[in-house]
Amino acid sequence: MTTNNNPEPTYVIETQDLEIYYGTFKAVTDVNMKVEQNKITAIIGPSGCGKSTLLRAFNRMNELYAGTSIKGKITFNGQDIYAKEVDPVEVRYRIGMVFQKPNPFPKSIYENIAWTARIHGYKGNMDELVENSLQQAALWDEVKDKLHQSGLSLSGGQQQRLCIARAISIKPEVILMDEPASALDPIATLKIEELMQELKKNYTIVIVTHNMQQAARASDYTAMMMLSGEGERSGTMIEFNETKTIFTRPADKRTEDYVTGRFG
Amino acid sequence: MAELTDKKTSTISLRRKPRWGESIIQGLLFLSGFLSIFITIGIVYELGKEALLFFQMPEVDLLSTITSTEWKPHVNKFGIWPLLTSTLLTSTIAMSIAIPLGMSVAIYLSEYASPKVRNTLKPVLEVLAGIPTIVYGYFALTFMTPLLRQIFGNDTVQIYNTASAGLVMGILILPLITSMTEDSLSAVPRSLREAAYGMGATKLEVAVQIVVPAALSGIAAAIIVGISRAIGETMIVAVAAGAGPNFTLNPFIGAETITGHIVRISGGDLSYDSIDYNSIFALGLFLFLVTLTLNIISQAIVRRFREVYE
Repeated sequence: MTTNNNPEPTYVIETQDLEIYYGTFKAVTDVNMKVEQNKITAIIGPSGCGKSTLLRAFNRMNELYAGTSIKGKITFNGQDIYAKEVDPVEVRYRIGMVFQKPNPFPKSIYENIAWTARIHGYKGNMDELVENSLQQAALWDEVKDKLHQSGLSLSGGQQQRLCIARAISIKPEVILMDEPASALDPIATLKIEELMQELKKNYTIVIVTHNMQQAARASDYTAMMMLSGEGERSGTMIEFNETKTIFTRPADKRTEDYVTGRFG
Repeated sequence: MAELTDKKTSTISLRRKPRWGESIIQGLLFLSGFLSIFITIGIVYELGKEALLFFQMPEVDLLSTITSTEWKPHVNKFGIWPLLTSTLLTSTIAMSIAIPLGMSVAIYLSEYASPKVRNTLKPVLEVLAGIPTIVYGYFALTFMTPLLRQIFGNDTVQIYNTASAGLVMGILILPLITSMTEDSLSAVPRSLREAAYGMGATKLEVAVQIVVPAALSGIAAAIIVGISRAIGETMIVAVAAGAGPNFTLNPFIGAETITGHIVRISGGDLSYDSIDYNSIFALGLFLFLVTLTLNIISQAIVRRFREVYE
């Protein structure tokens, strides 16, 4: 990992004139953004503006459902991840994901992590890996005595941290988080946010949120999305900048209206 | 209901309004539920009563029934084993076709097939399930048996044999297993699949290691229903498996199953209260107990191994 003192920032994910389609419907358009290494990049905007669709394009999750396609380019460390020869399984191994609703496997806490590591051929000390991952996800102390209970026996906030532990167990470079705290209470939300600050030392994070305070508190960069265009409207990235700029001196009037709570 | 706006000014009426429609529907629903339980109890009672008559007959004793390997009613030998082994033989052959094939088709339909393929293949399978079993019986006799004789030789394979009946029974049960398994696989929430794909799992890993374990209770139910169907299946074995009890585990020779025997005996002129007549009920009760036991075992297995996903 490079240090944050590096004057020339490293961009892990970059998009070029990205458009995302559901069949013939253009759901997302005009996305040009750069995700900097070891930073938290937030994507904000009102419901239905394509935030999650965009996030899911970064690890090719959209294509699990027939009819989705993209135009433009998404690169990961300079490599086009939609190139023909790229295996989506490999992309998802390098770019992990945490979902909106906690979705641990219906297996034990231990197995949730062990299974994930095993399918990628991990041969090392499994106990150690499980402990490390849970510790990184700030969950170890709460579950160390019940590792063999079902992951679903945990509270919502704990389940989400288990999902984070599972995601980081295979050491991805990027973690995509799709509204990871929206199903959680404020205290559990705070824990996830603190955890994100810890995690960004080792990982690059992209988070979708409709909670503007969360974006303002937790992120380094913010992308503002909104439906726009005539007739059939597409989600458009209307502004992308450092978070403090977006929240104090936004360039676009719509961004200003949104972040100051005048609509949305 | 004409004065909705006036509601606020009046107090809530404390008198309970009778809702006759509700009560009638509730009564009808209760009646149908009660009826199905009542009919089941009635059947079991009737089976038990007649079976008891059988065991009370001087020619019959329970011990030799469950130990003897000869079923020869004309000389008063009522050992269940020859009928039981051939029932187990045909069922085992059928399930060894239906379970692996049915599961594979179900996994294919639920996890791999495009919606178009799924929407074509499922109705076709359901048509397969709608063919009368007597047709399957003659299919076994006139197609499967000659095929087996061609492969293994006329000397090895008799005209009537349990192998051909079992194989065709497997084809009969296949759509049942497929359909029930596919339903339970499809019921596994999308979020669980996404969790696995999001961790970089391949399609096969998701299907076999995540979706199948989560759907295990439904799959076990499918298998048990399939086994019960195989044990109870009558027409195919009556036509193709052979007449006459035969204590053997050789699938290429004729042997009568429990159901096949019941059909043959009750086909002739059977007088009420004769020993043959009563033996049918004893056999029926035995079949019932076997499937009941299977159900109980399967529920225990499912409770033990199921991965509850919600």
